[in-house]
Amino acid sequence: MEVSMSVNRETRTSDVEPRTLLVHHIRDTLGLTGTNIGCDTSSCGACTIHVNGESVKSCTMLAVQADGTEITTIEGLAGDDGELHPMQAAFMECHGLQCGYCTPGMVMAATSLVSENPGGLDETAVRQGLEGNLCRCTGYHNIVKAVLSVGGMA
Amino acid sequence: MIPAAFDYTVADSADAAIAALAKHGDEAKLLAGGHSLIPLMRFRLAAPAMLVDIGRLDDLSYINDAGDHIAIGAMTKHRALETSDLLAAEAPLLRHVAGEVGDPSVRHCGTLGGSLAHGDPASDLPAALLASGGSLVIKGPNGERVLEAPDFFTGFLETALADDEMVTEIRVPKAGDIGWSYQKFNRRAQDWAIVGAAVMLGPDPKVALVNMGSAPMRHNGVESGLAGGAGLDAASVAGDDVDPPEDLNADAEYRKHLARVLVGRGIAEASG
Repeated sequence: MEVSMSVNRETRTSDVEPRTLLVHHIRDTLGLTGTNIGCDTSSCGACTIHVNGESVKSCTMLAVQADGTEITTIEGLAGDDGELHPMQAAFMECHGLQCGYCTPGMVMAATSLVSENPGGLDETAVRQGLEGNLCRCTGYHNIVKAVLSVGGMA
Repeated sequence: MIPAAFDYTVADSADAAIAALAKHGDEAKLLAGGHSLIPLMRFRLAAPAMLVDIGRLDDLSYINDAGDHIAIGAMTKHRALETSDLLAAEAPLLRHVAGEVGDPSVRHCGTLGGSLAHGDPASDLPAALLASGGSLVIKGPNGERVLEAPDFFTGFLETALADDEMVTEIRVPKAGDIGWSYQKFNRRAQDWAIVGAAVMLGPDPKVALVNMGSAPMRHNGVESGLAGGAGLDAASVAGDDVDPPEDLNADAEYRKHLARVLVGRGIAEASG
């Protein structure tokens, strides 16, 4: 069936099978391979994107459920001029990545977490807020540091 | 894995969803937030021929003061529950437990009605509803009925819902100043509870256990101990009259031990 959604500020219309998972639609149909697939069972968070501004694990959503929504993937986070989103810059600055596999999902979950907590986050809140995103390198320390540098308490 | 093929329709009202269910019988399943059903379909443990998407029924997403109880639309998301000021004041147990489900990204999608209708004994929210003395409004082709939570959960992933019925509203009595606690034991963040315990004290104390049987359950023995003034000692029978599952995380004896410990901690916290 036909689905249409805004993906990184651009309307994308495609014909999909109802059983197509959103992450496969994004990667295979739309060619946006920045969104990774890790566990495939909504545990690891590698596939985290934003649906209508909120973090969602795209391996556990059907493409048809996303019809009419606004999707942002890691490719859409930077400005049109290529300037990195502050969270991306912070991950770079704080060395918040090792192998990089979890990074797109980590950054998308972190930006959603920060936007939901305008009053600022402490370290515990960041660690709990990112509990659904696993780093197989166990490089959490610098990830937390990066998120705090953007969304920490003033 | 990719789910088995199915037909898909979007319902634009509860009545339309019920009509679709009535037409397709046990071949059809409702799709709410999808965070229980889609994993099952991906493991091919469920393969409904027809999915009826109720995820767009925004009129079933609300948290309202209804006098002596709080009325919550079935499509209300966990995120809305865990951030609700009304629930903080009137049903703090349910609000707290909603924030214990999965992780933030899961809570952006999962719905209260969906979680309850899934009927998973390892799930947090059924225990919260049971301990809160809540009830469910169920709608079918012939109108509505209201079921108390203990009558709703009938077995492993089974509820009292008929093939052509859906949960439309959840009702939670106002808690006032009643002491409450939720104790969840797991080994890793975001995991399901190996065992959990929800405790509500007050004149009619209620204790519900997570992952201690084939269905979400209340524990009558602990409850009568509490009603009789046993206090913390009531926890000593939390491992009696239960038939907990066994898996890689815990055998039955260990789960019984956890139930006694967690109920004890819950009573202590709720009394504090």
